[in-house]
Amino acid sequence: MTKLKPLPSLRGIAALSGIAMFAVLLLAVAPAVLSDHWLNNLGKYCCWAIAAVGIGLAWGRGGMLVMGQGVFFALGAYAMAMHLTLETAGDRVPGFMVLYDPLAPLPAFWEPFRSAGFTLAAIVVLPVVAAGILGYALFKRRVKGAYFAILTQALAVALATLISSTIRETGGDTGLSDFKFFFGFVLNDPANKVMVYLIAAALLIVCLLAVWQFYRSRFGELLVATRDAEERVRFLGYDPANIKLVAFVVSALMASIGGAMFVPIVGIITPAEIGAAASILMIAGVAFGGRASLFGPALGAMAVGWGQSSLGSTWPDGWTYILGLLFVVVILFLPSGLSSLPARFAAIRRRPAEQPTPPITAAELEEVRA
Amino acid sequence: MDALISQLLNGSAQGALLLLAALGLSLTFGQMGVINMAHGEFLMLGAFTAYLVQQVIAASDLSIPVALPVAFVVAGLFGLLLEVTIIRWMYRRPLDTLLVTVGVSLILQQAALQIFPSQGVPVEKPSWLDGQLNVLGYEWPLRQLFTIVLASVCVAALSAWLKYTSFGRRIRATVHNRDLAETTGISTRTIDRLTFFVGSGLAGVAGVAASLIGGTNSQMGAQYIIPAFLVVAAGGIGQLKGTIIAAWAVGVALSCFAYWTTGSLAQVLAFILVIVFLQVRPQGLFTVRTRSLA
Repeated sequence: MTKLKPLPSLRGIAALSGIAMFAVLLLAVAPAVLSDHWLNNLGKYCCWAIAAVGIGLAWGRGGMLVMGQGVFFALGAYAMAMHLTLETAGDRVPGFMVLYDPLAPLPAFWEPFRSAGFTLAAIVVLPVVAAGILGYALFKRRVKGAYFAILTQALAVALATLISSTIRETGGDTGLSDFKFFFGFVLNDPANKVMVYLIAAALLIVCLLAVWQFYRSRFGELLVATRDAEERVRFLGYDPANIKLVAFVVSALMASIGGAMFVPIVGIITPAEIGAAASILMIAGVAFGGRASLFGPALGAMAVGWGQSSLGSTWPDGWTYILGLLFVVVILFLPSGLSSLPARFAAIRRRPAEQPTPPITAAELEEVRA
Repeated sequence: MDALISQLLNGSAQGALLLLAALGLSLTFGQMGVINMAHGEFLMLGAFTAYLVQQVIAASDLSIPVALPVAFVVAGLFGLLLEVTIIRWMYRRPLDTLLVTVGVSLILQQAALQIFPSQGVPVEKPSWLDGQLNVLGYEWPLRQLFTIVLASVCVAALSAWLKYTSFGRRIRATVHNRDLAETTGISTRTIDRLTFFVGSGLAGVAGVAASLIGGTNSQMGAQYIIPAFLVVAAGGIGQLKGTIIAAWAVGVALSCFAYWTTGSLAQVLAFILVIVFLQVRPQGLFTVRTRSLA
């Protein structure tokens, strides 16, 4: 199905100005308008949105349904949380550890996280290495589709279980919390809270710019080609495994960055925030917003994040139903998410006499390219 | 020696439960390539059916044998409903089906949480499952033996049904080559529905067995779905013997790891073991040979 598309340069300008508008909204308007409480919430949604942008890259463009992004979210989050815990504890051993054994030594793997530089490096390097090894092993063996989805989900379950059961080393189900400092800044200070929010929002903008560049590059084309016809890409002489690996690693890195910023903003990290349910929640936002579009994943994740933290606490029963229905309705009727609505309406207006929308094919997800 | 036997027997029972949970999943996944993430919730439905049957028939000696076929039908009908309303629209989008059924499972979980007490409901064990069997000095609880017997009966019934009935032949034909089966006059739509009914019904039977071993609550389905899928993946798609061996191996591994370490660490180790195994054999233990590229 060939479609006339606007010239790439025009499309690029539209997308760039969209990002610029988004940046102005997040970085200038929001801090001026919103109260501290809502700004903090918005920061939390930004963290989920960062992870969602990565999921959009891997799933929307790459066709890899990553159902275990909680794993990489956790790598970033726990690296950051360990550093902040140690910073708060100073020279002493963190409080929760001495709770069970007053003479408990600091576990060896905690020690390097005293260093701020090491922590920042770990937030970047850990997910890249983990996703690199995992992705290399899976993609080279051509594990894909539902297998890939369930394996990643299984890893999220396994990691959450592991953290729950190692209460002495990782805080278990209660998680890590009560952080006082963020790289030397007092976290209780409202000005510093705004700063932390701004960092998260800025990182979200950076991630959007990164995927925008990805999508318009040759790599982006190859990634979409791999999603739609992996065998053909292989026959053309490319190795689909490498293409997928890059997308997977980048998406893992974004999840980790989201997790790392989540910790100072929310002030606590527990296995519940990274397990199967949390990983599925990240997917929900991406599906809702539009998996293959540029802004869809970020906006969808923010919407679902808002629902989760407002409705989820005031009306938890109803929220679960809404979330469930969201999956069913959006994926059944609107597989390209909300961001495909304008294109669909336009299509209906252009050819009113023809038959209603034909069944969605994978290629048609592309219709809404930003 | 004693520890070895006890872990082997415990593990076999655990594996039998996993097998029951995986059997239906393997059937539906094998035939339609559809992952039904609500399969765990169908298992939960079976467990709650056992509880409800016990409210009607108070004598637990009788109620469990009655609950087994009832749970099969109840879970099966729910599966049929899911197929007719949602899944049939999505056969071309298997990954999306996975996500839709995630939504369905969230809704079913929440419904169960609101209908039944949140801490779960007790399912009485029949008195004829109270005793122990002495196996080489180890007192083996009879209810573990019951799980194994139940799983064996289900496997035998399923494989006989697949092998000797005309429905079974049509199902196998559809698994092997859907287009060709359709060309020879098999209504693959009917076959799909029937498979979904039977596969979901088997989850219901598994639920009754699970209710006798662990707690019956709204979260129980979520515990089983991932291990059950890993068993199906490790066993190979559309292969009963692969599923059986994989379920037994995972069950024994879980039991042994739990003995050496802790229960939750055992789960982590078993997951990793399966993932590593899939590295060696990505198609599982046994595969159906096809000429398709994927």
